[in-house]
Amino acid sequence: MALSRRTLLGLAAAVPVSAVLTACGGSSGPGKSGGATYWYLNGQPQEGVRAGAVDAFNKAHPDERIDDTTFQNDAYKTKIKTAIGAGQAPTIIWGWGGGTLRAYAEAGQVEDLTSWFDEHSEVKKGLFPSSFGAATVDGKIYAMPCETVQPIILYYNRKVFEQVGVKPPESWDDIMALVPRFNAKGIAPFALGGQSRWTNMMWLEFLFDRIGGPEVFQAAIEGEKNAWSHPDAITALTRLQDLVKADGFVKGFSSITADSNADQALLYTGRAAMMLHGAWSYGIQQTDGGDFVSSGSLGYMTFPPVEGGKGDPSDTVGNPAHYLSISSKAGAEQKKVAKDFFATGVLQEEVKKWIGNGSVPIRLGTEKLLAASENADFLQFTYDIASKAKVFVQSWDQALSPTAAETMLDNIVKLFQLSISPQQFARNLNAVTGA
Amino acid sequence: MSALTGPPRRREPRSVLPWLAAPALVVFVGFAVVPLVGVFALSFTTWDGIGAIRLTGLTSWRAVLTDPGLPHALWVTFLVMAVSWVVQTPLSILLGTFLAGRQRYRAVLGVVYFVPLMLSSAAIAIAYEALLDPNFGLGAGLRLQTLSQDWLGRPGLAFGVVVFVVSWQFVPFHSLIYQGGVQQIPKSLYEAAQLDGAGRIRQFFSITLPQLKYTVITSSTLMVVGSLTFFDLIFVLTGGGPGDATRVLALDMYKRGFQASLMGPASAIAVILVLVGLALALLLRRLGGRDAGASQLEGA
Repeated sequence: MALSRRTLLGLAAAVPVSAVLTACGGSSGPGKSGGATYWYLNGQPQEGVRAGAVDAFNKAHPDERIDDTTFQNDAYKTKIKTAIGAGQAPTIIWGWGGGTLRAYAEAGQVEDLTSWFDEHSEVKKGLFPSSFGAATVDGKIYAMPCETVQPIILYYNRKVFEQVGVKPPESWDDIMALVPRFNAKGIAPFALGGQSRWTNMMWLEFLFDRIGGPEVFQAAIEGEKNAWSHPDAITALTRLQDLVKADGFVKGFSSITADSNADQALLYTGRAAMMLHGAWSYGIQQTDGGDFVSSGSLGYMTFPPVEGGKGDPSDTVGNPAHYLSISSKAGAEQKKVAKDFFATGVLQEEVKKWIGNGSVPIRLGTEKLLAASENADFLQFTYDIASKAKVFVQSWDQALSPTAAETMLDNIVKLFQLSISPQQFARNLNAVTGA
Repeated sequence: MSALTGPPRRREPRSVLPWLAAPALVVFVGFAVVPLVGVFALSFTTWDGIGAIRLTGLTSWRAVLTDPGLPHALWVTFLVMAVSWVVQTPLSILLGTFLAGRQRYRAVLGVVYFVPLMLSSAAIAIAYEALLDPNFGLGAGLRLQTLSQDWLGRPGLAFGVVVFVVSWQFVPFHSLIYQGGVQQIPKSLYEAAQLDGAGRIRQFFSITLPQLKYTVITSSTLMVVGSLTFFDLIFVLTGGGPGDATRVLALDMYKRGFQASLMGPASAIAVILVLVGLALALLLRRLGGRDAGASQLEGA
């Protein structure tokens, strides 16, 4: 044990240094020659589609090869940053676009794909136009939008609602009125995987938008001074704490992680009545929840308006797409493989599989496929949200710079624990985004 | 290290000895000294881990030293260190003394006690996280109200759980050290005590414990310095949460460096960790007295 502790300290110290050395020396990542490397997230059902796309590409291109490696969500977010900094990035970098992509682009770590998209305009024209926003940094495109559009949706368990004899909420006041009804029956009003932090963040994304409109958070992204102290921001933060104080979230939410899908399990086992989660949750409920989805017990709706709020109730938040970038440190041969993958492999093979597990691909003109699917209702619902939303707010932790995002996530957890006031939250965040 | 200077000089060919130390020295320089110097240099820079490294003097140090997160992380680190020492040491001494006996059932129990040490910290943390889940854990499964607390979601409880799991993992190791220590104590001392009419408890306090003095110092040094670098277990178990209730210094360093992309301040914290660790190790050596290397076995 003494050895392992010592090595741990050594490693902790050694990582940044080896990162410096490799970054300075411009040394190569693993497998510079030959096939391209591709890292992405694990977890079914999404992992299967991603792996399937790679397999299909490798089969169709016997002289080219992509080697894929999978990671857990929270672990990947750290791993990919470190690898890029150390010059050990995979050829194809899977990501969320936004602030993190900006950091990569400004450091010259990812390829500028603008001219490639000009040459391959058919690829660009086939995708949701809204998906390119988070791929664009200062007018240049640094990533290929891929996979699916993932708005955040309010899910509920119909059986539990029937059992308690209540209707889904149509406003924030309805939500607050439902909370004691469920608590009285020993059912948690909302499931929440609070240890993962971004799960809590989705609540603020909606409350900020519904109460103050998209301008409030936009001001924070643009670095406006005291953006978080906006009266509407303070109202949103206060409302959230009201919900926490009313026991709106499941007991022990601070120790539940989203990576373990325990929050999803709370909903489909009927221990929680509602859950605010990404569109990808539908596929998880379908895979893990037994007959929960097929029996029609899973209800879904958009986040309701807040009384007196300025935001448009059609606005949504979430991930407009996922993004694939090409490491600028990769070899010419690898870059070519990656671009061939972008041109032919992505989406073509995947569209049906994504639809099959309840997601809406960002490819245009899939309405017929969506309608023919066994999940047609949910898919149409998601497609409508994505295509009709006046504003699609990107997930905050992806839109902000990594440094600001970390401070924000930390403070959100404290806000949910009631250990800081809305005013303190605003002060702490003003210090990182308004500087 | 003092062992090199301690023993009286012998007449062995002295030219061979430095060569024997070479492999260890290479590893030590490669994995401890070089990174240390690198981290020290990095602490005077601003670097997001991706772009260029810029020299910015004392900016990182100023940021770290004025951040209220630092005293908090230091406090949590010392608390984990102190409480887990208080819990582990008596348990380890008692278990070690018990296991030092020659009976077969003690040997069997010794193997059982040893099991936690063979598991990886991450596996232990994941297992405890699942067991302590307030909705799907042990308490909910067995319908035991007392067990279905929000173990990892309330600051005080989460801290207690961290100390418990740390102790659960490392008590076996320290028991092993004490077992060895107890078995080194000469039988003649106990025989003499028996002749003088001392009972078992009296023997434990008058012979075993004083004879274990240097074992206690060794074990405590490992515990104290080791607890400075607790990272894997806490990272997986609580992620430093709830809030920052279990955010120890090593975790703070990781979060700043790899999650917030602030390598400069993270390196400054790493330097602080090294200094605190060195100071504690030196302090513990002092407590052991100047003749720490001397034998206590016979003729004491």
